[in-house]
Amino acid sequence: MTHSHAVLNGDRLALTRLLTQVENDTPEGRAALIELFSHTGHAHLIGVTGSPGTGKSSLVNQLALYYRKTENKRVAVIAVDPSSPFTGGAVLGDRVRMRDLAGDTGVFIRSMATRGSLGGLAQSTANMAQVFDAAGFEVIIIETVGAGQSEVDVARLAHTTLVVEAPGLGDDIQAIKAGILEIADILVINKADRPGVENTEKALKNMLDLAHPAERIFQHHGSAMRMTAPVREVSSAPMWIPTIQRTVATEGKGIPELGQAIARHVEHLTQSGVWDDRERARLEVELDALIREELVTRFRQDVSEEQYTSMLGKILHRELSPGEAVKLLLNSRIK
Amino acid sequence: MTEKKIRVLVAKPGLDGHDRGAKVVARALRDAGMEVIYTGLRQTPEMIAEAALQEDVDVVGLSILSGAHMALTPRLLELLKINGQSHVKVFIGGIIPDEDLHRLKEMGVTGVYGPGASTEDIIRDVKQSVEG
Repeated sequence: MTHSHAVLNGDRLALTRLLTQVENDTPEGRAALIELFSHTGHAHLIGVTGSPGTGKSSLVNQLALYYRKTENKRVAVIAVDPSSPFTGGAVLGDRVRMRDLAGDTGVFIRSMATRGSLGGLAQSTANMAQVFDAAGFEVIIIETVGAGQSEVDVARLAHTTLVVEAPGLGDDIQAIKAGILEIADILVINKADRPGVENTEKALKNMLDLAHPAERIFQHHGSAMRMTAPVREVSSAPMWIPTIQRTVATEGKGIPELGQAIARHVEHLTQSGVWDDRERARLEVELDALIREELVTRFRQDVSEEQYTSMLGKILHRELSPGEAVKLLLNSRIK
Repeated sequence: MTEKKIRVLVAKPGLDGHDRGAKVVARALRDAGMEVIYTGLRQTPEMIAEAALQEDVDVVGLSILSGAHMALTPRLLELLKINGQSHVKVFIGGIIPDEDLHRLKEMGVTGVYGPGASTEDIIRDVKQSVEG
């Protein structure tokens, strides 16, 4: 109880210890999450993802500065980097690009390794975000390397997802292959002072047009005819068309414009009711996962190892099917 | 419940720009299965203590080649204490004259490693200092 209280009262040592407990999924961490939950639901979660080398960390650095200076909001950053699949170790280097944020107690940066968990990354990241949310951080930026399903899952936690690209990192086919463009609410072309920025923007625009055909242009007897695209989903809410923003994060260029684009997205989310939908979907996933986990735990407590092994033997000798075995085990559990 | 990992902050205080040693040590600790937070060049003791707090590390490794270790180290140890992190172990790599070794150990530094030190020794000492 005192631990959660200290976090709510802004104790930074208690906060950092609790983040570790939650990341390690300890009983203390779980208990604290239960106590803190009623204090969550106030923060705006921003996901930042994209290929290595696009400048995500520098962009996060600038975004955090923007929220500190122009909106005076408290900002938490969760920077996720991959663990080595061979040793389990990791070098977490995102802080190198975030030194402008040092010395400001309104900013809290936490580095996190993926730890090769089986889909558990999204949940531990979500739990850590909840701790920051309860501790009163109004903006929570989650940075991940956009290179796999687990990162996509993490990005889905966010209310607003930025996908960061940079000129010269592959052609438009790469963009299609990567698949992460589909999760973008805002596409950021960082390093926009580099040559090739026009081509990158054109490729991204084409991608967006394929995904979101607001209207189509036909050539008819030599003149262009515009036609509204068929409505694909029946919804009264206006659809959000991802915007493209150019930035040069190392110089802070384009950051206010990006901040405004994010604000427009938040406005869209709240007005269209999508914000509530996303919260609902996220909490539903969390609830389902916890139910499943709890059921498995209870099952393991009630069914002995011998029962389980003998059942497995029967399945192996084709005396029982796995489906029958599950029924028998569950029935013996209830008794 | 996932396994508890040793978290190490590798930091480079002071004004010299030679970070080769810090990177070698960061890499070695990673290969030993630890999570290493690397902060880059020209950090003040205040920045290092702040990062150590935010990252809830078990160990801080300082790389100091500038000769300022007798000023930077006690300052960091003091800041860690103020932040309630006196449990955090501190080790130093760099050019440290023999006459300072004893005084640094007295302050509570768990290890001092000069040129030619083996990364195996550093890994072993870091594990020992955390696990006791």
